[in-house]
Amino acid sequence: MIEESNATAIASFIGFVLITLGITYWAARRTRTSAEFFAAGGRVSALQNGLALAGDYMSAASFLGIAGMVARSGFDGLIYSVGWLVGWPVMTFLIAEPLRNLGKYTFADVVAYRLRQRPVRIAAAISTLAVVAMYLIAQMVGAGNLIHLLFGLHYHVAIVIVGAVMLAYVLFGGMIATTWVQIIKAALLLLGAAVLAVLVLAKFGMNPLELFGAVREKYGDAAFAPGKQVANRWDTISLGIALMFGTAGLPHILMRFYTVPDARTARRSVAYATSFIGFFYLVTFVLGFGASVLVGREAIVAVDKGGNMAAPLLANVLGGTAFLGVISAIAFATILAVVAGLTLSGAAALAHDVWGQVVRDGKITEREQLRVARIATVGLAVLAIALGAAFEGQNVAAIVGQAFAIAASANFPALLLSMTWRKLTTRGAAASMVIGTVTTLLLIVLCPTVWVDLLHNKEAVFPLANPGIITVPLAFVVAIAISLAWPEPASAKGFDGARERMHLGHAG
Amino acid sequence: MDERERLEKIVARRWRIGALLTGAMMAAYFGFILLVALAKSTAGELLADGRVSVGIVLGAVVIVVAPVLTAVYVRWANRHYDPAVKQLRDLGDKK
Repeated sequence: MIEESNATAIASFIGFVLITLGITYWAARRTRTSAEFFAAGGRVSALQNGLALAGDYMSAASFLGIAGMVARSGFDGLIYSVGWLVGWPVMTFLIAEPLRNLGKYTFADVVAYRLRQRPVRIAAAISTLAVVAMYLIAQMVGAGNLIHLLFGLHYHVAIVIVGAVMLAYVLFGGMIATTWVQIIKAALLLLGAAVLAVLVLAKFGMNPLELFGAVREKYGDAAFAPGKQVANRWDTISLGIALMFGTAGLPHILMRFYTVPDARTARRSVAYATSFIGFFYLVTFVLGFGASVLVGREAIVAVDKGGNMAAPLLANVLGGTAFLGVISAIAFATILAVVAGLTLSGAAALAHDVWGQVVRDGKITEREQLRVARIATVGLAVLAIALGAAFEGQNVAAIVGQAFAIAASANFPALLLSMTWRKLTTRGAAASMVIGTVTTLLLIVLCPTVWVDLLHNKEAVFPLANPGIITVPLAFVVAIAISLAWPEPASAKGFDGARERMHLGHAG
Repeated sequence: MDERERLEKIVARRWRIGALLTGAMMAAYFGFILLVALAKSTAGELLADGRVSVGIVLGAVVIVVAPVLTAVYVRWANRHYDPAVKQLRDLGDKK
């Protein structure tokens, strides 16, 4: 069934790649400065950035993973749909505007604003690279599996293709090309999911309740209630904390706020993004339940144990192989775009924070900065491919959840405190970021999914699959305790200036 | 009232509203999560002739609450915060 669709899927995908490479060629001619490479020259509109934010965020894990989880285990999947959205309002209320006013290319610009540059930049680069690497693993593994299933290509061939196309976008087109790839991908994904949902609902008199009723008739009350996925209540709460505060610590999302002209546009763009993403996750309810009734759980699991093929299989049932091909191509495009955004944020951390601020002490020429950014991009593309190859067969949803835990513990506390707390010191911020990163990574290694499933030990040292419940409070405590123990008068003095600029913007 | 005091006031107001709305979002989400984690049978209770459960409805409500709270904030900031900031900045420019 899947093989038949090869022609449409491949044609749609090649079409997407050609169009986006065309855009990259156009963008490359407009990418001459670091401000253009990292922040698209700050000329992106609110609606455009809203779509691009949604594009950066709605990864293969959301489209394929959550639809699959809802199809396979009913209500448990919905818990994920809800969790992926709730970090967005928090980012709007607390982070987006001050970040736009205070920073230039990375979130470290904000944390380091009134602190000593070097320690903060180094710590922020460590945490950024940890989040980016973790997130890249999830995307590359997802891409390899997906392309293998959809196009019949070998896993390793698939990840090399993703790495190479993504490299072309970022290397030549920088943020301008990446933004347009995100916009196109988000529009395609929202449209594809909406069409699929309407086709599902058409079978049930356009009434979601009829669809849900059919699910319960087929799979019983269990489809409507918390089940196996949330057997450990602390795991559920811990993942919830990571998702809620992790969004506001994701470097590739935070970086997007620099692509708009001012704080007002940043605020409006994040409101658009929240609406798009919310709509998308409501649609996953319909897609997941639709797949479990119209395709059947047995058929979905038979194709892929993880259930990741639920949405493509649903497209096949409703619109035939042509529609399956289009939906598959959209899923592939989704991964490609997210990987490009991640790579760009990693390159910004290396070229701007580490090379520009630490090695060159802020005295760096345009030319050199761009060159270092491009070298870093190539290095990260190679890293992405290597990570994809090394972690073949891992559970994508769990890895993404763990990437959120790093972002929530390593980046969010330092970022929030740097904006709101006068007494934050260089030592406190740097220690919070480093300890947040290291303890989260350590607990991930010791957790059941890695220590037992991957390393084949008998019993997990740390019982929870997601460490957020421990590491997020820990990072706050570390930052506050160290700042209070070793005060830094210069930082406290700089707070007023930082605050004025944070609220009044550059002109103030 | 001098410029510094006015800035203090607006800034404090923005953080207060931000914190309040963050609290509302956290209450909605962690309310849902705690219900799912601790009161599984309540989450599974059926509604509407058994075609939907309490958990599904509340999950959808949390998803709708997120963009609604965001819209509330954006409306407030566009109407009250931006003009106040602009006024302050103009004052600063004149000096």
